[in-house]
Amino acid sequence: MTFKMNRRGVLQAGAAAGLIAAAAKTSGADSNGPKRGGTLRLGIAGANTSDSWDGRTHTDTFMIMMAYGGVFDCLTEIAADGKLQGELAESWEASADARIWTFNLRRGVTFHNGKPFGADDVIASLNLHTAEGAKSAAKPIVAPITDMKKMNDYQVQFTLAAGNADFPYLLSDARLLIYPAGQEEEAIARGIGTGLYTVERFDPGVRFVGKRVDSHYKDGRAGWFDSIEAIAINDPAARMNALMTGQVDTVNRVDFKIEALLKANPNVRIIEVTGNQHYTMPMLTNVAPFDTLEVRQALKYAVNRQEMVDKILLGHGAVGNDHPIGPANQYYAADLPQNDYDPDKARSLLRKAGMDGLKVDLSAANAAFIGAIDAAQLYQASARAAGIEINVVQEPDDGYWSNVWMKKPWCTCYWSGRATEDWMFSTAYETGVPWNDTRWENARFQSLLLEARPELDTNRRREIYTEMQAIMSSEGGTVVPMYANYVDAISTRLMHGESIGNIYQMDGSRACERWWFA
Amino acid sequence: MSPVPRIILQRLALGVLTLLAVSILIFAAVNALPGDFAQAILGQSATPEAVEAIRNDLGLNEPALIRYLDWLFGILSGDFGTSYSQIKFVEFSGESAAQGGIANVYDQLVPKFKNTTYLAFVTACIAVPLALSLGILAALYRNSAYDRAVNIATLSSISSPEFFLAYILVLYLSVLGGFFDPVSNINAEMTGWERLTATMLPALTLTLVVTAHMMRMTRAAIINLLASPYIEMARLKGISPMRVIVHHALPNALAPIINVIALNLAYLITGVVVIEVVFVYPGIGLTFVDAVKNRDIPVVQACCLIFAAAYVLLNLTADILSIITNPRLRYPK
Repeated sequence: MTFKMNRRGVLQAGAAAGLIAAAAKTSGADSNGPKRGGTLRLGIAGANTSDSWDGRTHTDTFMIMMAYGGVFDCLTEIAADGKLQGELAESWEASADARIWTFNLRRGVTFHNGKPFGADDVIASLNLHTAEGAKSAAKPIVAPITDMKKMNDYQVQFTLAAGNADFPYLLSDARLLIYPAGQEEEAIARGIGTGLYTVERFDPGVRFVGKRVDSHYKDGRAGWFDSIEAIAINDPAARMNALMTGQVDTVNRVDFKIEALLKANPNVRIIEVTGNQHYTMPMLTNVAPFDTLEVRQALKYAVNRQEMVDKILLGHGAVGNDHPIGPANQYYAADLPQNDYDPDKARSLLRKAGMDGLKVDLSAANAAFIGAIDAAQLYQASARAAGIEINVVQEPDDGYWSNVWMKKPWCTCYWSGRATEDWMFSTAYETGVPWNDTRWENARFQSLLLEARPELDTNRRREIYTEMQAIMSSEGGTVVPMYANYVDAISTRLMHGESIGNIYQMDGSRACERWWFA
Repeated sequence: MSPVPRIILQRLALGVLTLLAVSILIFAAVNALPGDFAQAILGQSATPEAVEAIRNDLGLNEPALIRYLDWLFGILSGDFGTSYSQIKFVEFSGESAAQGGIANVYDQLVPKFKNTTYLAFVTACIAVPLALSLGILAALYRNSAYDRAVNIATLSSISSPEFFLAYILVLYLSVLGGFFDPVSNINAEMTGWERLTATMLPALTLTLVVTAHMMRMTRAAIINLLASPYIEMARLKGISPMRVIVHHALPNALAPIINVIALNLAYLITGVVVIEVVFVYPGIGLTFVDAVKNRDIPVVQACCLIFAAAYVLLNLTADILSIITNPRLRYPK
């Protein structure tokens, strides 16, 4: 297939979605291609007794995999290779200022209870996120929509408060599930969507059993299993054992300590992708000494990133460059100058700021990320060579996000990353936003952010986002020592496509749709 | 009134008083936990306003005494409260919506409690006969190589941490042996046999944990009696050693043995937390751990109360049984 499309280059992606479908169909007919059949048994970490089919609450892997990756659909979908394609939407187009978006919906789709899908369902489902008192993580996506107009049963027009070229991309968020209008409560209570699998059994925090629907618009390109059985195994040892003994076919979040044993098992394969998940150490840039640019830069040169990747992630990651954009983002600037470990440079930066040494506290807890305390201690050791004395303060895990993060001048933190540059920047680095965990303000950065948002020209966007990453990397208030890979393991009986999604764990959390048995 | 029912009633009344005291302790302890549900559920997104909103919704800002009394009277009328984590839908949407029945702590805990009881039952079916026979045989062949071997084996199994025993069993019976699945995710659709085999690994682990105690007590109680004159008489009559122990010594040794068995059964209900986590067994222990992690206070409190009630009831049963088996206690002077 010689079809190549930049996922935002062509805004009318309808043709694209059709092409992908056609291409996949032919390969499905191929004798070596995917084939139907079998029950996929998964052992998944990230389940809670508080789980439900309410997309607004989905933050952990189990529900994202079962709802977003099985029972429900969104309007758009990020394919395994990172391209944007239609899911319940077939095509879309924007006005020149990227403020008015018209989505053409797929026809002939029905919910699991038989109700036909249409424009009303889209409007009702998105409205769930802005309902009075609703605490949806996707609210920032839906809130800027000032008007949702039903043009006809299969066309919806969105008017945004301000232009946003990323809008179709944002609609692929795992929380923006489409529920049947007028039956939202029932759909949330019982799990009624348009996805490939219907809910057979669901015991929150324990187990999910799903059955393949008879016919689906993704037939021939996804949904190869007859049924899905997912059990929640939060204990890493139990999860690995379940895979090793063949009780399940795949597990997420491989325990690095026993990775060697998994590799030695001939029936198990490890799949690993670098996504946007990154660990950070944000400094409050309005608090001394972090208000001094040279201090921030000195600290960035005083950390041995490769050592952290090797010792904290045991090699399952990549060095970070002090900005939050990752390899799963479209405009990730891979060739930016890398902030490296350079104690002499750190020392000279401090001298330039009129200091001949530096003493700072770094608050750490494993609540931020597994190994955060060890990472802080590695930092302490590597910074000593630069004349920087880091005092590692071990904080309790309980209440870490309320009492330490954004309160203590320098602490450890993690971000799972966002699908688009704009979303990531405007969540945590835009001037004045509530989660700006560095209180960093930079006029140039801010104006670039606002300029890029409605910009539809891909090349211009790349320029802007590259510059923004460069500004953050050299002047920003956060140290990003590493990206943490998504490491999952699967039985050798299982097959997956050529590329593996890196938006979430487990092939973009769509393992149930995309994988098949050999 | 004949003495036994009177004793039972007295003990029951005392049990209720104990539970009341325990309920105060539980409530105080749970409230002393750092962090709260609002912070736990919001995680990184716990802004002060969001925390305050959820606290208000859940009535966490009421004075402790009022919350305690609410809870207590709720329980007395059979209402264990509403699980915080499952009313999340209302919390997050701002609508009052159908909750599917699982938001009620009682409905949520009943199936888990059944699972835990099933595990305790299977374990007891293995452990009690095993411990009794091992103990009787150890008393019979005391100080022999067999006695020492049994003592060393059971004492080392009780001295090892539970999760360690669990992993050893997983290694040999599951990873290497392939007899059982390492994860005991039993569910309602399983047939009786599937359920039994799925429960076997945790049950065997628990058996290893509780056997030593019961076996040692059986052995000690019997040996203690073997020095008494009536046993000597029996022996002089020429009765076989096995018969002396089973027919003459054992009935008089029953009281302490029953006590130990009851204590161990209580442990099977209350002490299974680690085992259930290791085997991902959907019982009350796993629910308890999850609830503590989420600061789901009503569930934590209900679990603690169930644990306390199990202890009180099983101890009561033990007392009553030892009274029934011992005529001297049945008719106190």
